[in-house]
Amino acid sequence: MPKWGLAMSEGTVVAWYLGEGAEVAKGDDLLDIETTKITNVVESPHTGMLRRQAAPEGATLPVGALLAVLAGPEVSDAEIDAFMAEFNANFEVEAAAAEAAAPEPETRDAGGVAINLLAMGDKTQDTAPIILVHGFGGDLNNWMFNQPMLAERHRVIALDLPGHGRSAKDASAGDMAALSATLLASLDALDIGAAHLAGHSLGGAVAMQTALDQPARAASLTLVASAGLGRDINMDYIEGFQRAGRRKDLKQVLQALFADASLVSRDMVDDILKFKRLDGVEQALATIADGAFAGGRQASVLGHRLHELEAPVQVIWGADDQVIPAAHAREVPATVKVHILDGAGHMVHMEKAGEVNALIEAIVAG
Amino acid sequence: MSKKSYRQAINEALAQEMRRDPTVIVMGEDNAGGMGAPGEDDAWGGVLGVTKGLMPEFGRERVLDTPISESAFIGAAVGAAATGLRPVAELMFVDFLGVCFDQIFNQAGKFKYMFGGKAVTPLVVRTMYGAGFRAASQHSQCLYPIFTHIPGLKVVIPSSPYEAKGLLIQSIRDDDPVIFLEHKVLYDDEEEVPDEPYTIPFGEANLTREGEDVTIVAFGRMVKFANEVADKLEKDGISCTVVDPRTTSPLDTDTILESVEETGRLVVVDEANPRCNMATDISALVAQEAFGALKAPIKMVTPPHTPVPFAPQLEDLYIPSPEKIEAAVRAVAGA
Repeated sequence: MPKWGLAMSEGTVVAWYLGEGAEVAKGDDLLDIETTKITNVVESPHTGMLRRQAAPEGATLPVGALLAVLAGPEVSDAEIDAFMAEFNANFEVEAAAAEAAAPEPETRDAGGVAINLLAMGDKTQDTAPIILVHGFGGDLNNWMFNQPMLAERHRVIALDLPGHGRSAKDASAGDMAALSATLLASLDALDIGAAHLAGHSLGGAVAMQTALDQPARAASLTLVASAGLGRDINMDYIEGFQRAGRRKDLKQVLQALFADASLVSRDMVDDILKFKRLDGVEQALATIADGAFAGGRQASVLGHRLHELEAPVQVIWGADDQVIPAAHAREVPATVKVHILDGAGHMVHMEKAGEVNALIEAIVAG
Repeated sequence: MSKKSYRQAINEALAQEMRRDPTVIVMGEDNAGGMGAPGEDDAWGGVLGVTKGLMPEFGRERVLDTPISESAFIGAAVGAAATGLRPVAELMFVDFLGVCFDQIFNQAGKFKYMFGGKAVTPLVVRTMYGAGFRAASQHSQCLYPIFTHIPGLKVVIPSSPYEAKGLLIQSIRDDDPVIFLEHKVLYDDEEEVPDEPYTIPFGEANLTREGEDVTIVAFGRMVKFANEVADKLEKDGISCTVVDPRTTSPLDTDTILESVEETGRLVVVDEANPRCNMATDISALVAQEAFGALKAPIKMVTPPHTPVPFAPQLEDLYIPSPEKIEAAVRAVAGA
């Protein structure tokens, strides 16, 4: 059972895509898991034969529990039974240990702004780490389907922008220059020279500004449904997000984020409502929105300058994005690779996590 | 974010508002303890320890131990509110309102209206209510309907630690007199509560469960029972919406009516005595505004019309229990 986000402690098996005996390739959809916050697909981490579905549909299991056994046909049923028995006998202990070792978010002083961040993966990796920057109104948990998977091979740091998540709620200068300065200060605070920058939506524009200002700090740039590539922005979403005080209203607003509106769960809405009630958030969001989307147009458009970067740049978009049109993906120089994914909306990194993770892996591999 | 008790959530709200605004003061019987007689400083923090730790941080000037004279110190708090402070006065048990009611309903509640809207009275009266504490008939009542009856007062009934912190900060920042009712049996309940200050607006009900078959409206501790019942019945195929109005004045009538229009069935759970309580009020509202949507008669789950009994067995029978709520929901659902 994967752990998606800090708050996840268990998940429920919704449906299996493959039956026992099926040949499975790495990345194939195995099953859907539902948490209180969201439903998502579990992809196969390996290639092999699905020998056992270890959990029936409807079962609720803790993080770390056994979901499936993959093995070649040469492995006997008795060996698989023995493996499962041993796994389950040892599971409690391992679950407790894994829980204790779960990474905790930490606060760093980034140029006088208290920035909350979550670091995962091996700190001794000498290659540039991956930095994940969320969008307007989001937080580092938006990368729940990306960060743990990328952290299997890389050091990955997700941070909360000023005014967001658990970072300081004072975003007095909320324009792109100030947000980018905070991102740079966060890298400094972490002693990171160059990083693979990946940003979503507003966070994409922040990452792009940072890369253009300080090209030496960007080992690569991944822009996910990014702001900063065109003028259009769905102000019904931006204003609705700020205005909505009731669950019902906010749910309707958030449904614009996904191709599959049913992904907006009660808990997701509740978490965002709770965030919006914190002192300073209303003002911070207003400041940032006024800075980035004044007059209903994006203030900062930098896509045409991406050819200045020597580091590889890619753009990823959900074809059904209702917040920033996917057509903006075409507003970039030919040197930039563009990936438009069907069946995904603005939260393409959640709806098509496997594909987005593979694209980030690829650009990091160079 | 970490788990905090209802008691800690209230204490944190007080401390954060006192840090933010120097005009916020706290006063009440043994709010610190150790004042006016030989004794230990900060010995008590109120009878159940809710204000403990405030006096050492903010000093005697802002955390006042008062005499056992509600008429005097609630009156003093009303006067302080009318002249520039934001007092949070603790009326130890709501059952004691009888001795200070003039100060609340005929003074604090009227100033804004009598003085041409120029007077503000940013007073909070924190007070304990509710049965289940083996505290007998003079320390166990649910008197929020009495405050709700008075225009000019705002009445807040937090049902959980998260709700308590956000609603108390809102209460302190509000310019009108607010009665903030803490159920004494909830003080040790815990849940995730943000470390930062936050506010929950008044007059916006919370749907703690969302379902299609039955609407349960519940207040304070009864929200917890209603949630238990909703979770249990979900497994039996009856899905319930649980509405926690959070404040009885102002009351979010829209959310209640919208929900009943969706489900067509209403159970109101109110720990207050049954004549002229919130259950009768909401039943009347729905009968008047959404009668056409009702598929079954409204059910009210309340205690009997008696004082809270001292015998523990009788007290347990007196309180609306999850079993009684479940029976009412099953009855309106026809299951």
